[in-house]
Amino acid sequence: MEHRSPVLEARRVTKRFPGVLALDDVSFELRLGEVHALVGENGAGKSTLIKVITGVYRPDEGQVLFNGGEVSFAEPREAQAAGISTIYQEINLIPLLSVAQNVFLGREPRNSLGLIDKARMNRAAGEILERYGIRADVTAPLRSLGLGVQQMVAIARAISVEAQAVIMDEPTSSLEAREVETLFGVIRQLREEGVGVIYVSHRLEELYEICDRVTVLRDGRVAHTGELAELSRLQLIAHMLGRELSEVEKEGATGFSGEHETAREPVLVAQDLNQHPRLREVSFDVHPGEVVGLAGLLGAGRTETAKAIFGAEPLDSGSVRVEGKEIKTGSPGAAIKAGIAFLPEDRKLEGIIPDLSVKENIAAAAMPRLARAGMVSEKAQDELVEEFMQSLGIKASSPDQPVRELSGGNQQKVLLARWLCMNPKVLMLDEPTRGIDVGAKAEIQKLVDDLAAKGLGIILISSELEEMTEGSDRVVALKDGAVVGVLSEEEITENNLMEMLAHGEDSGDGVQENGERADG
Amino acid sequence: MGFRRMESVRMDRGATPNKSFDISTATSWVRGRGVYVAFVVLVIFNLIATPNFASVATLSTLLITVSPIVLVALGVALAIGTEGIDLSVGSVMALASAFLPLYLGYGWPIGLSVALLVGALAGLVNGSLVAFVGVQPIIATLAMLVGGRGLAQIFAGGQSLLVTDPVILWLGQGRPFGIPAPVIVAVAAVLMVGFLVKRTTFGRYVVAIGGNRSASYLSGHPVRRTLLAVYVISGLLAALAGVVATARLGASDPSNIGLLIELSAITAVVVGGTPLSGGKVKVMGTVMGALLIQLISNTFIANDLPFTWAQVLTAAIILVAVYLQKGRGVV
Amino acid sequence: MSTRPADTESVGGSPAWRERLFTTLQRRGAIVVLILVVAVSAVVFDNFLTEQNLENIVLQGAFLGLIVVGMTFVIISGGIDLSVGSMVGLGGILAALTVQVSWPLALILPPLACGLIGFGNGLLIAKAKMAPFIVTLAGLLGIRGLALAFANEKPIRIGGGSPFDWFGQGQILGISVPVIFVVIAFAVGGLVLARTSYGRIIFAIGGSEESARLMGLPVDRTKVIAYTASGALAGLAGALLAARLSAGDPNAGLAWELDAISAVVVGGTLLTGGAGTMSGSLAGVLLLSILQNLINQVGTLGSYAQQVVSGFFLIVVVVVQAYLSRKERS
Repeated sequence: MEHRSPVLEARRVTKRFPGVLALDDVSFELRLGEVHALVGENGAGKSTLIKVITGVYRPDEGQVLFNGGEVSFAEPREAQAAGISTIYQEINLIPLLSVAQNVFLGREPRNSLGLIDKARMNRAAGEILERYGIRADVTAPLRSLGLGVQQMVAIARAISVEAQAVIMDEPTSSLEAREVETLFGVIRQLREEGVGVIYVSHRLEELYEICDRVTVLRDGRVAHTGELAELSRLQLIAHMLGRELSEVEKEGATGFSGEHETAREPVLVAQDLNQHPRLREVSFDVHPGEVVGLAGLLGAGRTETAKAIFGAEPLDSGSVRVEGKEIKTGSPGAAIKAGIAFLPEDRKLEGIIPDLSVKENIAAAAMPRLARAGMVSEKAQDELVEEFMQSLGIKASSPDQPVRELSGGNQQKVLLARWLCMNPKVLMLDEPTRGIDVGAKAEIQKLVDDLAAKGLGIILISSELEEMTEGSDRVVALKDGAVVGVLSEEEITENNLMEMLAHGEDSGDGVQENGERADG
Repeated sequence: MGFRRMESVRMDRGATPNKSFDISTATSWVRGRGVYVAFVVLVIFNLIATPNFASVATLSTLLITVSPIVLVALGVALAIGTEGIDLSVGSVMALASAFLPLYLGYGWPIGLSVALLVGALAGLVNGSLVAFVGVQPIIATLAMLVGGRGLAQIFAGGQSLLVTDPVILWLGQGRPFGIPAPVIVAVAAVLMVGFLVKRTTFGRYVVAIGGNRSASYLSGHPVRRTLLAVYVISGLLAALAGVVATARLGASDPSNIGLLIELSAITAVVVGGTPLSGGKVKVMGTVMGALLIQLISNTFIANDLPFTWAQVLTAAIILVAVYLQKGRGVV
Repeated sequence: MSTRPADTESVGGSPAWRERLFTTLQRRGAIVVLILVVAVSAVVFDNFLTEQNLENIVLQGAFLGLIVVGMTFVIISGGIDLSVGSMVGLGGILAALTVQVSWPLALILPPLACGLIGFGNGLLIAKAKMAPFIVTLAGLLGIRGLALAFANEKPIRIGGGSPFDWFGQGQILGISVPVIFVVIAFAVGGLVLARTSYGRIIFAIGGSEESARLMGLPVDRTKVIAYTASGALAGLAGALLAARLSAGDPNAGLAWELDAISAVVVGGTLLTGGAGTMSGSLAGVLLLSILQNLINQVGTLGSYAQQVVSGFFLIVVVVVQAYLSRKERS
């Protein structure tokens, strides 16, 4: 393969945030006409690198070069104008505006008077979407469409700009198989046209299908750069984790040990949970000491299920039983009293109370227990907080430090402490290791194991397949809000899981469709 | 089946935990206590420049004038703490003022209770709209601001009624132990609200709701109940302020009492260090903010400077105070 | 291989037609209510539909209307401008002070000066990232202080017979000049909001500012322009009001920002931003003006009752809106 000239380059870039060295002397090069995979665990620095390249952040050291010349973008707008287009993992469009308006926002076609030509805009939008095989009403508000279609619209918008470099951050997280194929067709086309593509994903099969070279980031540093074809999957994983190849082969990619003893009687039974239009007759159970994984694509209803069980979202119908007793739905207070705990997906949005201290955050759910006649007992609170800061190894300058100053991993531990100090019977974790560094990740995974060993029933939601496969005793697969299958023990493999999610059939033996154990 | 512990993450100790005295520590200390510093500076200026400043009479006047503002600002501070606001406080003062003389005929306990009840009811309406219907606080309390005063004037028949009950008059004009009664009322309110905020679960819920409402809800906090309570308390405090102001005047004044006081209250709260985005309630800061703003006006008046420039200066101080507050966010 | 579900029914979303029905109701509801109110009033009150009365209604609302045009942009972008009432006062004073020097100056200086102040507001909000509520609250206080200071706290008479008076008191083809100004303002404003890129970006910022930034839109510049325009329009309203009253009153426009917010909200614009229409705001202003007019017609209700009714009306509208919003979302 002849050496093509670099279109986008980061040279010895360093970026610091309070308490964390996000990028350390990172050099990265994207060539024209190549599809370059950017991989790494959560917290390895991929997002930060992209944000530095596209002008969301300024590097503390190092340079960014575009077509050989140094650039310093002050904001995303400048990067776009220069010819770098970015598709983000979260759909960064405007939900209240229509599909066509979103596609053309900022560059709407005008008529002779200089005003927006709505008819032409709608037509053009329709044509662009056609090209990607999307049939949707371009005048409908974006948020009325499914996540997959929304993501395709975002992709269409990014590509309709004449770009020389396109960055895609987890573009397939909400896409179905057919849409993924369409996307790959688009990427191949871009490659032919000489556009450089940075493809960020942790779906290894996708990388191997579409990418030419790969750069692995670990702990903010480049662990490896080279041709993807020369690297086996295990070698790639080994680079991502910083472990020996043999170790990864033997022990797996996560901190989960995978074997738990479980009791016969379930601690939690969710029956026929219905919430139009997001959940349809979802049923499954969890036993003490068991880790049940909820698997599915984005939008499949995993978080909705957990929230519904926790009472954070109302249910149209269905019941939730804890240790045999039915609890009131639609009320987090009732769920908490019954012994259910829930760690939400986005700790910034729904987890930490940023200006409050570490100890106030840990004590947040325990208020009724720490207070008498409405007055908080500082002594009881401090004792409780001290105990859990120790046992979880929370690194903070003091319990009074504002929680927003902690690293992601420590913030996540604070949230765990918030729930563990309630002595829950059921713990639901939604993406517990998202956005935290490798070390803390392994710690938390091991902690989950320990909790299961102590007899907690655990529901685990994770988009990282290794976490699901290595951490779960059973996996309940969700698709479009309904349970499509269950895998147990040896059946839990990446392949089986992907099959089930793609085709919605159960591929195990002796497993019932409704997610309950065959012998339960 | 253990696994080898990962190499620990490199932490950049950029923000030094060591407390060495340097410019950055000093500025951050000032930021947190700016309103106190400003107040002290202004007092010193007055001691030098204003004749007769250091007298009991001056202090007394300042404290009496500021008492209703403090009462009202405490309620507004609670509302702001939940990331809301209460614009209706002035109109609730007017409502209480209107109702007080109407029921004093039944004795001062009844009259007082009715006035306070009216405030609580107004707060109940505000709170219900915010907590249960989901109306923005600014709009809900704006409606009460607009409608409340009109209601007050209707009930008062558009007139100013005299207040003659000695107990009530004492509340506004008495001087137990030489301290003006309004000041004692204000101090009591400050202590109570301060206690609520710092020591009770209610106070924790308030700052949690303002800090991150979703997180608060998911932690099992009684969000709606707390919001309702916040606006009821604000209504009660405003009613109390209305009673005190009416007692001081010796007559109800639904047209003018509390006019534009919401602006002073919000200013006091913000300058005092409570962020408009909620999540924190600085009770003492609010009191200092009210004192500062009032002292600015008094300084201008006492030194024969055009009073209107006091307003301009106040506006500038608000901007500076908020700008400094911003400095504490992360990137 | 599963096929994509039909356009109208998508997973994770509600049927598009249902969502659109509620959206339409919420956005265009104000116009419907306006028509209803006019119809009912015409029946109940004999002299409601007279030319005199209608002119009255429109003229009363004209000055507020100018402010509402600017406020609509600002609120849709997710912000708020509390300083516009005070700018009306300042505008009037500036006009009264300069009318002796040169009458065109009296018309041009107020919007220029207040536009500049609005520009300052915009910079603090967009660049220094300060909250619009606080920045414009400071503006409310400070600008009123300036107006009072410049005027020595008293209204300034504009000597009779100045050509400047025509801008407030004159007529073109039987229509009062201020009304013409506000009609042009609404027309231009509506066009810009609905049919230009700038307008779309305003919606985008209000809908999701972070996404708008990531999409590469010029967020800061757009915001600054909105606050500048809001200020300029308020200054113009102040000048025209002074022309009408033949006097600059430093207390003019007191609490007008609250009326403007009410009008915008009643008109269907979401206070959180991202959605709204200029026609809705126009309907809102007219409704408020008609409400005042009706109360005066009834006569027995004092001005106090007018306030109560206004407040009640606002609550009803907002509650209905909240209900519709919830239906839109589910």
